Amino acid sequence: MTTLTETQAVAPNRTARKLSYVKAFNEGLAQAMREDENVFVAGEDVAGYGGVFRMFDNLLDEFGPRRMIDTPISEAALVGLGVGAAARGLRPVVDLMFMDFIGVCLDQIVNQAAKMKYMFGGSVSVPLTITTASGAGLGAAAQHSQSLEAWLAHVPGLKVVMPCDAYTAKGLTVSAIRDDNPVVVMLNKVLLGSTCEVPEEIYGIPLGQAHIARQGSDVTVIALGRMVGEALAAADELATEGVEVEVIDPRTVQPLDTETMFASVRRTNRVLVVHEAVTFGGLGAEIAAQIQDTVFDHLDAPVLRIGAPFSPVPFSPVLEKAYVPDRARIVQGCRRLLERS
Amino acid sequence: MAQRASTASKESAQVIKDLHERMVRIRLFETEAGKLMEAGKLPGFLHLYVGQEAVAAGVMAALRDDDQITSTHRGHGHAVAKGVGFREMYAELYGRATGACLGRGGSMHINDVTRGMLGANGIVGAGVPIAVGAAFAARYKGEDSVAVTFFGDGATNIGAFHEGANMAAILGLPVVFVCENNGYAEFTPQSKHMLITDVAERAAAYGMPSVIVDGMDAVAVHRAAAEAVDRARSGEGPMMIEAKTYRYFDHQGVKGLRHPYRSDEEVAEWKARDPIDLLEARAVADGTATRAELDDAWQRTRDEIAEAIAYAEASPLPDTADLLLNVYSG
Repeated sequence: MTTLTETQAVAPNRTARKLSYVKAFNEGLAQAMREDENVFVAGEDVAGYGGVFRMFDNLLDEFGPRRMIDTPISEAALVGLGVGAAARGLRPVVDLMFMDFIGVCLDQIVNQAAKMKYMFGGSVSVPLTITTASGAGLGAAAQHSQSLEAWLAHVPGLKVVMPCDAYTAKGLTVSAIRDDNPVVVMLNKVLLGSTCEVPEEIYGIPLGQAHIARQGSDVTVIALGRMVGEALAAADELATEGVEVEVIDPRTVQPLDTETMFASVRRTNRVLVVHEAVTFGGLGAEIAAQIQDTVFDHLDAPVLRIGAPFSPVPFSPVLEKAYVPDRARIVQGCRRLLERS
Repeated sequence: MAQRASTASKESAQVIKDLHERMVRIRLFETEAGKLMEAGKLPGFLHLYVGQEAVAAGVMAALRDDDQITSTHRGHGHAVAKGVGFREMYAELYGRATGACLGRGGSMHINDVTRGMLGANGIVGAGVPIAVGAAFAARYKGEDSVAVTFFGDGATNIGAFHEGANMAAILGLPVVFVCENNGYAEFTPQSKHMLITDVAERAAAYGMPSVIVDGMDAVAVHRAAAEAVDRARSGEGPMMIEAKTYRYFDHQGVKGLRHPYRSDEEVAEWKARDPIDLLEARAVADGTATRAELDDAWQRTRDEIAEAIAYAEASPLPDTADLLLNVYSG
């Protein structure tokens, strides 16, 4: 796991200290609010309570009820509020708490936020940030555990980011807020307490730019969100056997930086895509297809995908553990790829 | 500019002429668009507003340019009354590069942010929360503009309406909810899609005052709108207006009845109270306008529309090389 933070040491003169994922998000959001008076936060229990995941702790104290707004449980109206406010020049951050709840406001995300600029002939922008918590692993069962990035990445006009650690959570959140498009920030529930070095000053991570989390020459693992950590752990394990795994974190799944992936495949000739979401129709299918379109001649084995089985997320911890891809499955996948040559 | 009409016994000549002009502009824009559609010149769908002109005219005459509106499938009337130009509207119906949406939206999505027209909307009820957001932005920025959301009777069965109404009420935002109750959700009569007669009753569930007006009477609509707008502008929160009105054409297109979902007698009854005829008769009787002045409004508008249609037809088609223009900002 050390490789991740070392390769991320990009900002000069920064004062880094360890911070948790949720606190890094909170710090980035607070700094973005200080930076731009037009940024406000609306959602269920975001102000008085600080968010069910403590994402919004202390923000009410600093920014007051004008900029921290508790709303009714009304996701459609909440996102619509963000769309209308964004079209009028504000930079709303609206929180959907659990990603699974997008089903009740998908119209406002897909038909309104995503299409407004296009359908208005470019005369309006929708700088809306939607924050939400995705992923399994907390025993929250099938309506509070999904990773629905493929739904959103399929919609022209939206951007979708999946931070894999605290450093990325802060940087991508700041970039999402500064971006003039609707951006969905998918925070991962299991990672909320995880820590890594995070600079104190405000910084953005470019949207649409993948990050090589670990360099390697034998096989490329493209991992989304929480799977980046699992892939790095798998890489550590395989390194003891002399196998060098390159781990790529797309960071943004829409837009998707395929160039970095293609370049990696040209070096390693083998690629595994891993995500927490259901494999069928997932981002892995898109990434595999694009790789085969462009760098097929460099492949020594078919692109392999690892994801969840075609099932709702189960509740029982033993089932849930079997459901979500992990280090062991990634190691196994890499071995399969290596056996092909 | 808005004139507070609630206590006046008689509208000023200026208000009457304003309402008349807005209605005539809608009527002629729409009837000409219908002819173009019938002639096979327009792609896509056309949801005509004819018959409902008093609502758009009455409300918009109570608004300022910086006030915002969100609209419906049947949005031409709102756009015209809010001041969106004929040229860019016709060009959009033709799918031309000079259209209000650069040919990316069409009839159902005409907008003009410079006029506070935040879009007709292809999704029933979806404009309601967006207007709430626009009102939120006005208050956040310390401006005193208001937002008006137009929706039909059918839209009040959808979640976005209820969520938006509650959100506006609980946040005390300057939003005016205007229900254009034309009695039909597409082809389904009101009696088959809700058990209440007055949609305005629904406002009470959100602690919101409401008023029912004759949606064929532009003066009545204008009075109610002026009151609701003043109320919202002065920080007293949202209000709902239910205007009982009627659409002359089908839900979509000019004709094309597959089954007689409404009777000829019903249509004739409503047409007997045509909103423009009513206002003209009243204006002449009151002496607020002469017949010649009213006729002049029709003729001026006809000329403007002929010019706008010629402009649209002469306009270039969008360049397919620009297909991906404006998918993203930046």
